[in-house]
Amino acid sequence: MIRFILIQNRAGKTRLAKWYMQFDDDEKQKLIEEVHAVVTVRDAKHTNFVEFRNFKIIYRRYAGLYFCICVDVNDNNLAYLEAIHNFVEVLNEYFHNVCELDLVFNFYKVKENTSSGQTGQSHVFAVP
Amino acid sequence: MVASSLKLQDLIQEIREAKTQAQEREVIQKECAHIRASFRDGDPLHSHRQLAKLLYVHMLGYPAHFGQMECLKLIASPRFTDKRVGYLGAMLLLDERQDAHLLITNSIKNDLSQGIEAVQGLALCTLSAMGSAEMCRDLAPEVEKLLLQPSPYVRKKAVLTAVHMIRKVPELSDIFLPPCAQLLHERHHGILLGTVTLITELCERSPAALQHFRKALPSLQVVPQLVHTLRTLVMTGCSTEHSVSGVSDPFLQVQILRLLRILGRNHEESSETMNDLLAQVATNTDTSRNAGNAVLFETVLTIMDIRSAAGLRVLAVNILGRFLLNSDRNIRYVALTSLLKLVQSDHSAVQRHRPTVVECLWEPDASLSRRALELSLALVNSSNVRAMTQELQGFLESCPPDLRPDCASGILLAAERFAPTKRWHIDTILRVLTTAGTYVRDDAVANLIQLIGGAQELHAYSVRRLYSALAEDISQQPLVQVAAWCIGEYGDLLLEGTCEETEPLQVEKEEVLALLERVLQSQMSLPATRGYALTALMKLSTRLHGDNNRICQVMSIYGSCQDVELQQRAVEYNALFRKYDHLRAAVLEKMPLVERGGPQVDEEAKESKEVAQLSEAAPVPTETQASKLLDLLDLLDGPSENAQHPPPLDPTPGDTLIHLLDLPCAPLPPAPIPNLKVFEREGLQLNLSFVRPPGTPTLLLITVTATNTSGGDVTHFICQAAVPKSFQLQLQAPSGDTVPAQGGLPMTQLLRILNPNKAPLRLKLRLTYDHFGQSVQEIFEVNNLPVETWQ
Repeated sequence: MIRFILIQNRAGKTRLAKWYMQFDDDEKQKLIEEVHAVVTVRDAKHTNFVEFRNFKIIYRRYAGLYFCICVDVNDNNLAYLEAIHNFVEVLNEYFHNVCELDLVFNFYKVKENTSSGQTGQSHVFAVP
Repeated sequence: MVASSLKLQDLIQEIREAKTQAQEREVIQKECAHIRASFRDGDPLHSHRQLAKLLYVHMLGYPAHFGQMECLKLIASPRFTDKRVGYLGAMLLLDERQDAHLLITNSIKNDLSQGIEAVQGLALCTLSAMGSAEMCRDLAPEVEKLLLQPSPYVRKKAVLTAVHMIRKVPELSDIFLPPCAQLLHERHHGILLGTVTLITELCERSPAALQHFRKALPSLQVVPQLVHTLRTLVMTGCSTEHSVSGVSDPFLQVQILRLLRILGRNHEESSETMNDLLAQVATNTDTSRNAGNAVLFETVLTIMDIRSAAGLRVLAVNILGRFLLNSDRNIRYVALTSLLKLVQSDHSAVQRHRPTVVECLWEPDASLSRRALELSLALVNSSNVRAMTQELQGFLESCPPDLRPDCASGILLAAERFAPTKRWHIDTILRVLTTAGTYVRDDAVANLIQLIGGAQELHAYSVRRLYSALAEDISQQPLVQVAAWCIGEYGDLLLEGTCEETEPLQVEKEEVLALLERVLQSQMSLPATRGYALTALMKLSTRLHGDNNRICQVMSIYGSCQDVELQQRAVEYNALFRKYDHLRAAVLEKMPLVERGGPQVDEEAKESKEVAQLSEAAPVPTETQASKLLDLLDLLDGPSENAQHPPPLDPTPGDTLIHLLDLPCAPLPPAPIPNLKVFEREGLQLNLSFVRPPGTPTLLLITVTATNTSGGDVTHFICQAAVPKSFQLQLQAPSGDTVPAQGGLPMTQLLRILNPNKAPLRLKLRLTYDHFGQSVQEIFEVNNLPVETWQ
């Protein structure tokens, strides 16, 4: 089950944050900072999976953005990696060669695409 | 209103242009003031824009709670743009802990029944994101209705909302259970995916639901249906609609596999239905891209979890082995983690992949190498122990510091369990100590000493090896300790110069002494190590021939050492030289083999045991040694008490210490313990009398006396006793089994009870006898046992 989705740039600015669990605002802020600290120090010779508190984070870096999904420990890592890639492809289709600024200026459209803790769509072309 | 409200884009632009954090905050504060004013005044045309800006600001981390009521207003408005932003705001700002969230329940209800797809979609989305338990309960019927709507878009969202509701309120499963069967026949992948997730959630949360789905009723063939769907997915070529890098809808496949796993766990019937399918998926999936690997991985997990055929399990392990050879680190990570879980149950299958696992040890990523290390240690067995230890030791030399303790203790453990020969064992431990000495656990030293002590034929060999190792490097403390001990014990063998197994080593006496002195003086030596060295020097005084001036000198120097422990030792050794020279040889004899498992690592304790053993031969040294021991334990004031010198002790090593301790106290005269009448029935009486013999404090003797004052004989009298577990009970033969009438000869029986733990005594007695033609059986516990019986 997904706990939260976070898209951050290398400097640590949040471009998208979707929470599927109850957190206080300051807890959220702390989490964001922790995730940033953990994910930015890893380079190409590390795996894309990190143990984080009692969950794990599956992340992928696309240009200057880190797409992080925090899931339970016994979830399928590889499947979520695919999900991230799928998501990025959807964004690409929707925004036509998406870049960070698109996410910045259209964050509300991006938010609607993820819902209910599971990847709700497998259609690359149909975006509600 | 002061300034015209900025459009969202402009606001974002402004914020991005701010150079410093302070500037950004200024901009945002100004804008928030505008937004607040606008909310207060109510600007229906632009309020959605205001809220959008507020949400952006919220995402950056600034407080935005004042927008909550605005969200509600916007949701209630008929315009779609308003609703959209309103619902988005609700998702972000209104969570369960806000009081206002229940207020949108009504709006959601209205929107759900409205009939406009987009609006329904929005409402469902929001509900699934932030629906609290009460909201879910209220709105469950609506959502259920929507599950059967014609529009697939709405149905998909409804299914996802149902998933969320089940998570929040598991009791709603009654409502959502029936539609599942029908929904499984859907063609639309989104709905299918949602349904499979829903069923997964239902099964995870309620065993009743699990049973329901496992049944093979004609109307509810869940497992076969899933199997069929998956098979279609796998066999038909990639439909472009759903394919992700060549694999048709991997997400759906993975979800179905997960559900199959849950359904098949511990359930023979379902597992059998799935076997073929799983084999098919495993062989047909294209593994060149990650999507395929994801499906394959999920298949492996499912195979491992259900009751699958043995061949299938081997297939799964082979797939994992193939993963290990993959160049992608992620896949190797995933494979290692799974293999670790499997190694206990399918050991032989995993063994085949041992070489690959060992290669993964050298990965730069710490998480990979750690898993590889764990797996390698789990794979060591008696046939591959030599090769594996070789590899692991190579790894130990170059691995990062946080893995070293685990690696070192792992090697030592494996060596202990599977060592082919003692010599190999000693070599291995030696090598570990030289490479990673500081990281080994504390009892490694004791284990090694014990091992060497037990391998008589290898004494010469070990002492030579240790000597050379020590000569090279005196910084690794465990190594130094063991070496010092060995040199002390077997110094004579060191000087003899002949040993077939190592190269001939000519060692001079002076060299040995010099080395030990170096250890003593070195900054790097811990106080414990110095203690070892000092004692070793002392032992050498008897082992090596020639005069002992050098050693004496050292002892007198250390007689005034700062460290109290060393000083004490030195002073006592000095005393041995001067006053008790004739006893030195006896005292410093070779040590007997220490028993494994005793918690005595301390040299001092070992020595005092050895010393105490000899004390019966020579009364006088007991004084010095006893004083040493008792001083340590701080029982006595001064040497005067030693004059009343203890009688010879019996040489059992374990008890000796206790006896020495017991001695200064005068033994108490045994106070007589009162008798106890425990049973009386129709003239038959049972009395217990207790004796505590003074020599054995843990022993209690009970004499059971049965007297009969009635008119009839008591025949076939049997008395049995039971005591708590920590006691030992011995029943001796009774004097007879008849208690004659009219106060005839009483019957006696002796019970011996040993109470090593000095626990409170409890005693249960069972009597069977015949009296007045009736057979009687009585079981009772003896109460009021006097305290003196067990204290």
